[in-house]
Amino acid sequence: MTFIDRPVAIGLDLPRRDGAAKVRGTAVYAYETPVENPAYAHPVQATVARGRVTALDTAAAEVLDGVLAVLTPATAERLASTEDRELAALQDDGVAFRGQVVALVVADSSETARHAAALVRVTYAQEPHDSELRADRDDLYAPERVNPDFPTDTVEGDVAAATAVAAVVVEQTYTTATYHNNPLEPHATTAHWEPADGRLTLWDSTQGVHPARTAVASVFGLDEAKVRVVCPYVGGGFGSKGTPHVNVVLAAMAARAVPGRPVRLALTRQQMFSLAGYRTPTVQRCLLAAERDGRLTALAVDVVEQTSRIKEFAEQTGVPARMMYAVANRRTTHRLAALDVPVPSWMRAPGECPGMFGPEVAMDELAERLGLDPVELRIRNEPVTDPQTGKPFSSRNLVGCLREGAARFGWSGRDPRPGVRRDGDWLVGTGVAASTYPVHRMSKSTAVIRREGDRYVAEIGAADLGTGTWTTLAQIAADALGVPVERVEVRIGDTDHPMATVAGGSSGMSTWGSAVVEAARAFRTRYGAEPPERAEASGSVPPADDRWAMHAFGAQFAEARVHLDTGEIRVPRLLGVFAVGRIVNPRTARSQLVGGMTMGLSMALHEHSVLDPRTGHVVNHDLADYHIAANADVAEVEAHWLDEHDPHVNAMGTKGIGEIGIVGTAAAVSNAVWHACGARVRDLPVTLDKVLPALEDPPGR
Amino acid sequence: MKPFEYRSPADAAAAVRSVAGNPAAVFLGGGTNLVDHLKLGVAAPDLVVHVADLLPAGIEELDGGTLRIGAGVRNSDLAADRRVRERFPVLSQALLSGASGQLRNMATTGGNPLQRTRCVYFQDVTTPCNKRQPGSGCSAVGGWTRHHAVLGASEHCLAVHPSDMAVAMAALDARVRVLGPDGERTIPFTGLHRLPAGTPERDTVLEHGDLITAIDLPPLPLARRSAYRKVRDRASYAFALVSVAAAVEVRDGVITDARVAFGGVAHVPWRAHRAERVLRGAPATEETYRAAADAELADARPADGPDGGNAFKIPLLRRTLAATLRGLVREDAR
Amino acid sequence: MSEITVHVDGTPRRLTVDTRTTLLDALRERLGVTSPKKGCDHGQCGACTVLSGGRRVLSCLTLAVTQDGARVVTAEGLAAHDRPDGERPAGGQRSDDDGLHPVQRAFVDCDAFQCGYCTPGQVVSAVGMLDEFARGWPSAVTEGTRPPRLDRAEVAERMSGNLCRCAAYVNIVPAVQRAAAESGTAAPGAGVAE
Repeated sequence: MTFIDRPVAIGLDLPRRDGAAKVRGTAVYAYETPVENPAYAHPVQATVARGRVTALDTAAAEVLDGVLAVLTPATAERLASTEDRELAALQDDGVAFRGQVVALVVADSSETARHAAALVRVTYAQEPHDSELRADRDDLYAPERVNPDFPTDTVEGDVAAATAVAAVVVEQTYTTATYHNNPLEPHATTAHWEPADGRLTLWDSTQGVHPARTAVASVFGLDEAKVRVVCPYVGGGFGSKGTPHVNVVLAAMAARAVPGRPVRLALTRQQMFSLAGYRTPTVQRCLLAAERDGRLTALAVDVVEQTSRIKEFAEQTGVPARMMYAVANRRTTHRLAALDVPVPSWMRAPGECPGMFGPEVAMDELAERLGLDPVELRIRNEPVTDPQTGKPFSSRNLVGCLREGAARFGWSGRDPRPGVRRDGDWLVGTGVAASTYPVHRMSKSTAVIRREGDRYVAEIGAADLGTGTWTTLAQIAADALGVPVERVEVRIGDTDHPMATVAGGSSGMSTWGSAVVEAARAFRTRYGAEPPERAEASGSVPPADDRWAMHAFGAQFAEARVHLDTGEIRVPRLLGVFAVGRIVNPRTARSQLVGGMTMGLSMALHEHSVLDPRTGHVVNHDLADYHIAANADVAEVEAHWLDEHDPHVNAMGTKGIGEIGIVGTAAAVSNAVWHACGARVRDLPVTLDKVLPALEDPPGR
Repeated sequence: MKPFEYRSPADAAAAVRSVAGNPAAVFLGGGTNLVDHLKLGVAAPDLVVHVADLLPAGIEELDGGTLRIGAGVRNSDLAADRRVRERFPVLSQALLSGASGQLRNMATTGGNPLQRTRCVYFQDVTTPCNKRQPGSGCSAVGGWTRHHAVLGASEHCLAVHPSDMAVAMAALDARVRVLGPDGERTIPFTGLHRLPAGTPERDTVLEHGDLITAIDLPPLPLARRSAYRKVRDRASYAFALVSVAAAVEVRDGVITDARVAFGGVAHVPWRAHRAERVLRGAPATEETYRAAADAELADARPADGPDGGNAFKIPLLRRTLAATLRGLVREDAR
Repeated sequence: MSEITVHVDGTPRRLTVDTRTTLLDALRERLGVTSPKKGCDHGQCGACTVLSGGRRVLSCLTLAVTQDGARVVTAEGLAAHDRPDGERPAGGQRSDDDGLHPVQRAFVDCDAFQCGYCTPGQVVSAVGMLDEFARGWPSAVTEGTRPPRLDRAEVAERMSGNLCRCAAYVNIVPAVQRAAAESGTAAPGAGVAE
């Protein structure tokens, strides 16, 4: 690995290369791909949460003018692999969750497809279902590993013994809600199956064209070379487009059912609530034991969460507590309930996002009990080496973030008492929480650098989900090649380009950028400063340096206001300071960090998928009832970063910034709400009904 | 979405004839609710009759000072009208607190009060709902009730009326002009909507084919000091958890007259007559506001549910009413 | 089926539509005009915002048959540059040299988007909103009957019908203010021709 010591293009505040196309709306997303004579597919969903389909009457749908095909378990093609049961569409008559696809209509127009889907009559042998997560269930089990490959449980020292003699103990249960990723662009595919040579092309909204291709090729038993996946733009994913969901399989099936004709399939917003993944609700029993001076002596995080009956996903909620603070006696556990519910999956910062809610509110409660400033409490528990592995940190600047954030926010001199500050009709408070996210670099990804005329072209099957890849990869390539960034053209989002890993785990820039740097180095080594036209070299991600514990850190500060009369909660100010390695492009980086923090604010105040246990489905399955923050909910959100130099993480010195912004925000907001009004809200979201009982009636003036 | 015939008749009378003559016909106004329902399968008409462009789209001042608002006036135009803003600020505020700029540009004065509940079970054709399918049962009973009624509900329906505009209209003694197959008639706005009782499928007293052509606002001097306070889960672009429309007249620290209506808590925009009776002649104090709320909420019944139910709406409404009245009295004192 | 003519970004487009077809689907699936986006299809996100008759509306809740003869403007046709008829929609604002409308230019300059999917709707909504502001229309946060300033709260409230999951709100607000200042619409009643 060659560390880029003197960046020129890296660090430039460049506007997005795809900006003009996006503001005019001419950037082409998956569903919009221009194709000849497309057909349209619409799924039929199960209306029971568990059972069997005993009859599917498709007659009324099939006689409709314009209906081309109705696929059912009886008529759909047999898939080569049904190992991934989420993707095993229409292979049997079983229903494992409400909303599961039981048939698919293909028609000449989207209106006809949708109408025909409504005409399919489904009869079920319904079985009693169980869709309710409770921590006191007697059927909780320990998964073998938690996502992606962490130990399920860890124990260090003796938590009980340390707790028994501790000066102060905080032990509380915290819960996070079910969350749906809800990218604004629905999960969508345009599929075309060439009957002559059996080649399948998918214009799919995905966070990784190559991983999507691998999954689809496996499901259909195809040679990967016969499948092409194209995705130049992704209308948001936040993890939900990181692994293929059933919609892409259905689109490909539909295209094969109408030979020669491309098919478009976009999930409706309502369908996304059962078919496109979500974050499990979590119940976190958190214990913190400390000395009088605030030094932690024991920590335990016992997590209960859910997965689906047909496919396990175990969110690593307890994982961040393993490395966050110096504490000798630690226990983390994960237990799952396998329920008759849709399949949970990745959502922005799986593990860290929910897992830094409970412990970071508990830290605030501990600070309250100790009469210690919550910033200082965290600083006192700063470890020298990674508590989990014993390795040195490649860089760890949590303390720097806390101090810089406190200074910028105006934290010093803060009165710790809750419920004593008023501004007109509002109670005002402030809160803090820490953020962290591991530095991931995937082990595979290859880039090609080629000279084309006066330009250098970098090709890699990477993705830009709004993260800025089109722009930032050019900056990395420019510095790796030693040329002005204007001379670099980037081509991404196509399996015709060299293989790239998923845009997930905040690994994109670190992984693809490393491949680009290696390709550029190989290119210069082979061709020198005057490469011939069409000169080309490729490079792949070098092995990671595993001597180090590598993590990004941050500190988030929030101001919350609680209305004296109504309990309405507003967050006029959020400020985050992050230590995330080198910043490739401050403009797009700031947008990502601020975007993560704002999504964290949205999680804190609004988001909550309500599953009705009687039916097993999320009843608020649209954007009117599943609230995400609107413009008026967001006021000042500032993201800053420390100038962090970490030569160990990768050639660019980057740590990944897509996810850390959402980590800790909800805790900072909840802590600020407590400081404002005295209501300690341990169950997200923090809504007015949860603070009303703490407010004076009538409000004193 | 089922196919349907579409007509755009020349005048209101023709539109009424078209709809009255076909039990499966509906009027299309701004489309913000009907088109939504067509896609969801909540509405499945055979015939859609477009009326948004043929209804009066002006606001005229009649002799005697009544403002006649054409049913085709868009919500955004009504909210921006200077006469409305000065004489009936509660109405302008209510309109502006509803939906979004785009939706207010579409929604009409006639259509807004006829929008249907946003109950999640009503909108989901895979769940039982007495309002959508009489006799099928009410899924909200024992379900997610955060946005459901605490006043006037029945075991058959817990739905609330979603309109903000309608709450202000109810407080302002507005009158609704209706053109039906048998001619024109006028009904008080507070008599337009009905409680669910055993027939929640009927939101209003209108008969099939009845078309709202205008809403009249009679002069109401105390409405110059009026306000709409909406409390919701998001700062904007969200339906009310509770809302209060209020107008008061205060002389020497005594409330001499008042109009109060509640939103987000009942199947109808809830005119709070009991609260008004307590307020009239009483001193403008916290005790009075509380007594007014207590009088109106004496029969309030919360609904429970997996998400904690909606009992919070009762103290929330009490506090919101007090805050709204306090604010108006404070304004009056200036 | 109905035959209608819709003027889309300055070009009359004649088409036969199913009475069920929304303006959004007519644009995207019949005419290949994919600038307006489908985010929710139920009037809950704003991604489908277009101007019709000069006003911002939601094309997903508008039946195409009601738009016979209507003049519809999408983000793709906002800049006069892009229009065959040379008309300047939305208040006669000129487009600058790179063919972008001032609101679009400000969105790029302020990085007021990430994934870009809600962006055309945001841009059109901002154009429509600035016109409303210039007419003196109040918002839910406007105090009293005096014309407000186009401050953060006013912009945020007026733009709240456009959800952004990437959460570019803190950049959208200054982008709209910048465009307003440049085109002279920051104060009500200023410089907007019909």
